[in-house]
Amino acid sequence: MTSDQPLWEVFVRPRRGLAHTHAGSLHAPDAGMALRHARDLYTRRQEGVSIWVVPAAEITASSPDEKDSFFDPAADKIYRHPTFYELPEGVAHL
Amino acid sequence: MPGVAGAESLLGEVEEAEAALREAADRALDGEASFEAVIAADQKIEPRDAMPDAYRAGLIRQIAQHAHSEIIGMQPEGNWISRAPSLRRKAILLAKVQDEAGHGLYLYAAAETLGVSRAELDAALLTGKQKYSSIFNYPTLSWADVGAIGWLVDGAAIVNQVPLCRCSYGPYARAMIRVCKEESFHQRQGYQSLYVLAQGTPEQRAMAQDAVDRWWYPSLAMFGPPDADSTHSAQSMAWKVKRFSNDELRQRFVDMCVPQAEILGVTLPDPDLKWNEERGHYDYTSPDFEELMRVVKGDGPCNRQRLAHRNRAHEEGAWVREAAAAYAAKNRKVSA
Repeated sequence: MTSDQPLWEVFVRPRRGLAHTHAGSLHAPDAGMALRHARDLYTRRQEGVSIWVVPAAEITASSPDEKDSFFDPAADKIYRHPTFYELPEGVAHL
Repeated sequence: MPGVAGAESLLGEVEEAEAALREAADRALDGEASFEAVIAADQKIEPRDAMPDAYRAGLIRQIAQHAHSEIIGMQPEGNWISRAPSLRRKAILLAKVQDEAGHGLYLYAAAETLGVSRAELDAALLTGKQKYSSIFNYPTLSWADVGAIGWLVDGAAIVNQVPLCRCSYGPYARAMIRVCKEESFHQRQGYQSLYVLAQGTPEQRAMAQDAVDRWWYPSLAMFGPPDADSTHSAQSMAWKVKRFSNDELRQRFVDMCVPQAEILGVTLPDPDLKWNEERGHYDYTSPDFEELMRVVKGDGPCNRQRLAHRNRAHEEGAWVREAAAAYAAKNRKVSA
């Protein structure tokens, strides 16, 4: 069954100069087949110049339940943004 | 070929939906956004978010049924691949049927993000536990049917599917954006193929007209029962899965088709079809919903044949899956 085959996440680089982005997922018995299936499934109209396939089981994801506490440390550090700093009038190139 | 205004504006709608998705994603939601808050803000629910059980179950049912339709939908047209009238038409038809397979796979993957396994989905189709669109239970009797399916069946599918690009469930919305962009080629190739026949010999014109006569009402039935009898609609609208009612979409489709039929030079088989100045829409004869329910329940012209064919294809492909699994297992052993 297709369903017994592991799930792979597919990332496609649309053009030179752009990062690989998640395109979708598929089932395949091994990495080689996953790449071929990914080509047939996600680049039938020249949508990509490079493909990554990653076993879905190998991805460690942050949990949405802990989203707030997990990302909290960044929330009160507004001094990390340039807009935090008020500058005297007239100062240029800063 | 003459311009297909409907398809162009529909493609525009897909692009607008895609832009709206990005724009909504950029709007920050304060604090712990509840399911209701995300829906209210027109943002997307993502796979691991909390969601009501009925939202999850309803989406699984809808996306699975949609995926099954794409898979079974390969059969009526696949029937004509080996008999396409030219190499060009054959290449186009092959690409289209391959797209349907692709659409089925995008949709299965979207359904799987809701926690259902591919094994369950495969089994639900093969045993007939879950349905697919009834339109695919009608036979393709002539080459003109391939054109009529592209124009009318894919046309109706697009009208149904474009609003799904704005569905509140992220993976489904993203899959639908991809599907709709590809689907527009399907509709245009069908229209163009039918246009060529309609400009041809009297026999070819008769073939085109006969195909339109047979596919018109089943295409209207694709939008589902009338609003008054639609069982899943109200909740689905509240959750922004569905955006328009069955009858609204059916009307939109009729309004699109009438001028397209005029350019084709075919007659839509409805003597009561006429412009209603007051409503600003065409009046039309409703499809036979009793027939629709009969076909849904399994008594259409091809129900048994379609399911038997899918089961046979699945069984005949077993050795390929087994060989691929054996090869993968051998390679794992070698590299271990």
